[in-house]
Amino acid sequence: MFIFGALLVGTILTVWAATLEFNKTHPAAGITVALIIASVKSFLVAGYFMHLISEKKAIYATLATTAFFFAALMGLTLWSMHDFPFFTTIKY
Amino acid sequence: MEIPYTVTPRRDTGLYNAKVGIWLFLASEVMLFGALFSSYVLLRVGADKWPHGLLNIPIGTFNTAVLITSSVTVVMAWASLKLHQFNKFKIYMTATILCALAFVGIKTIEYKDKFTHYSVRLADGRTMDGHIKGSPLFWSLKKLKDKNVETIEFAPDAAHGAAAAAHGAEAAKPAAHAAGEHQFEIIKVSDLTYLSAYVPSHNTYFAIYFTLTGLHAAHVIGGALVMTYILLFGGKMWRTQPDRLTNRVEVAGLFWHFVDLVWIFLFPVLYLL
Repeated sequence: MFIFGALLVGTILTVWAATLEFNKTHPAAGITVALIIASVKSFLVAGYFMHLISEKKAIYATLATTAFFFAALMGLTLWSMHDFPFFTTIKY
Repeated sequence: MEIPYTVTPRRDTGLYNAKVGIWLFLASEVMLFGALFSSYVLLRVGADKWPHGLLNIPIGTFNTAVLITSSVTVVMAWASLKLHQFNKFKIYMTATILCALAFVGIKTIEYKDKFTHYSVRLADGRTMDGHIKGSPLFWSLKKLKDKNVETIEFAPDAAHGAAAAAHGAEAAKPAAHAAGEHQFEIIKVSDLTYLSAYVPSHNTYFAIYFTLTGLHAAHVIGGALVMTYILLFGGKMWRTQPDRLTNRVEVAGLFWHFVDLVWIFLFPVLYLL
């Protein structure tokens, strides 16, 4: 029930943080704050509701592989976001 | 032949097979939703303008609370089976399924609000967003011409006294949409160069919004169907193989928590940022 309460508080916190002024002047900071709160909530759901905090090595290994490929997916996305991907143009 | 390792853990993994299976499946689902999230990032960063304030935040927050509650009740359902309390399991599982139905119901209301909200462009270059009298669904210029409709009565959002950002809040007050409170202007269909409801084909924002939330809602419905099956037909297995039923509930719960996790990321990304 403590986790439930924490998740509800986290939800309210996310909504409140999105209404603050710094979101307009520093949208990147706003996104970072929202994703950090979402990550904390995910950790609580995954760790306690899904019992990941006391799981076997086989599951940790599966999830570590998933995390690696997910990071690669997002990394490739960020790398290709601009007109020229990083490190692919020559400086004259 | 008995399916092996439905209850007894395997020596190599230390787990019963269904648990390994569901985690592998969830790993694939992470890649599926991850691909869509990365598409969202690319689309949003590459766009000149990105709409904001079109989604109702209180409704989204309430839906988040509904899903979090359903995650708690599904854990309680599994715990009840572990404690051999079958009646309590039925209560908690029913509560979980009701939460799922509530989530989908609220999502349907949100979708309907979008499908009855129109964007029009006139021959003189003006663009307006608002409602058509009678709140029709999925009208298009072609449909209007096929039906030989000459004029439409259009209530622009600006007539509500606020920009489109306020529309998100208006959706929570259906009473405010009583016809008498709207300022309709008559627009000739011949003056229209574009008419579309807020549907996936209208713009990139709605394309990715409906894709992400539609796929998530499909997962909610699928999970609810599985849990309903376990609730309705679990009695027999409870009498013959109670540990196997408990494991089924645990595995269904893992899938359900994943669905909740995806929404925990979807809500701030779509509604707040």
